[in-house]
Amino acid sequence: MSTIAQLVENAQKNGDWSPCIEAIPYARLLGIQLSEIEAGVFCLPPKKSNIGNPTLPALHGGALGGFMEMSAIFHLMMSMEVHKVPKVVDFSIDYLRPGHFKNTYARCEIVRFGRKLVNVGVDSWQDDSQKLVARARAQFLID
Amino acid sequence: MAVDLEEIRKMCELLMVANQGDHFHALGIKVTDIQRNSIAMELGYSDDIVGNPETGVIHGGVITALLDSCCGFSASTALDELALTPTIDLRIDHLGPAEPHKPVYAVGEVYRVTRSVIFTRAIAHQGDVSRPIAQAVGNFSRMEKGTFTDFRHTMLTAYDQIFGEDA
Repeated sequence: MSTIAQLVENAQKNGDWSPCIEAIPYARLLGIQLSEIEAGVFCLPPKKSNIGNPTLPALHGGALGGFMEMSAIFHLMMSMEVHKVPKVVDFSIDYLRPGHFKNTYARCEIVRFGRKLVNVGVDSWQDDSQKLVARARAQFLID
Repeated sequence: MAVDLEEIRKMCELLMVANQGDHFHALGIKVTDIQRNSIAMELGYSDDIVGNPETGVIHGGVITALLDSCCGFSASTALDELALTPTIDLRIDHLGPAEPHKPVYAVGEVYRVTRSVIFTRAIAHQGDVSRPIAQAVGNFSRMEKGTFTDFRHTMLTAYDQIFGEDA
């Protein structure tokens, strides 16, 4: 069994996902956390390396997209029988409001879990969960 | 009147070079060519941007950031004056994994400009443009003229302060 598979299995048993986050370099770079608000909700605390426009300062659209995609991947690994890192087939994001330099949240919803393909929707907000900063959808291949 | 490409170059340089530790730095993205309606970029490989430590393949989110930037900067070259072009939406198709330890190149282009929207597309490849690893379409806001007059002034002043008037 591979290292990641082992880490995922351990986390699925004991509920501690920090070793998995630590093992994925891009997750570390973004600084993604498992928020304590509720299950399936992830938090991205403000971090300088996620800024795209320093004059505002605003979150880089790509960092926000990356955070939402990463959240979807963790959500899949946490909630289903997925032991490998799912492969993204396509990812689409609607930017609804500017992302400010503050805590950003993502809530993931599995829309369909097929044999090979999984469709995940992700909503992202900052101060008010009713005022979305972005909404994304993604298809992943699992095997 | 079309935006001065020299001002676009200054904006790119300011966003990518002057702000140590921002997202472009963290990912290792740089602009390699600026044309009217088209921007080329390069993303160097580093261990920090890996999504799967077992294969060393770059995370899809990094490709999203690269193509978002490439489409966005391409959009800014289609403006009348230097301004930001907020992303309306973006779709990325991941056609295949990026080969580890090799740079990823991105080429973006504007294919239509209307009064309020700039339509762009971009590909990411690793040396063979006929075999892209990812493809993107992105739409960007074309804001009313004058919205970013202060932004332009701030940007160009900051550039002169950092790189000197003669840079």
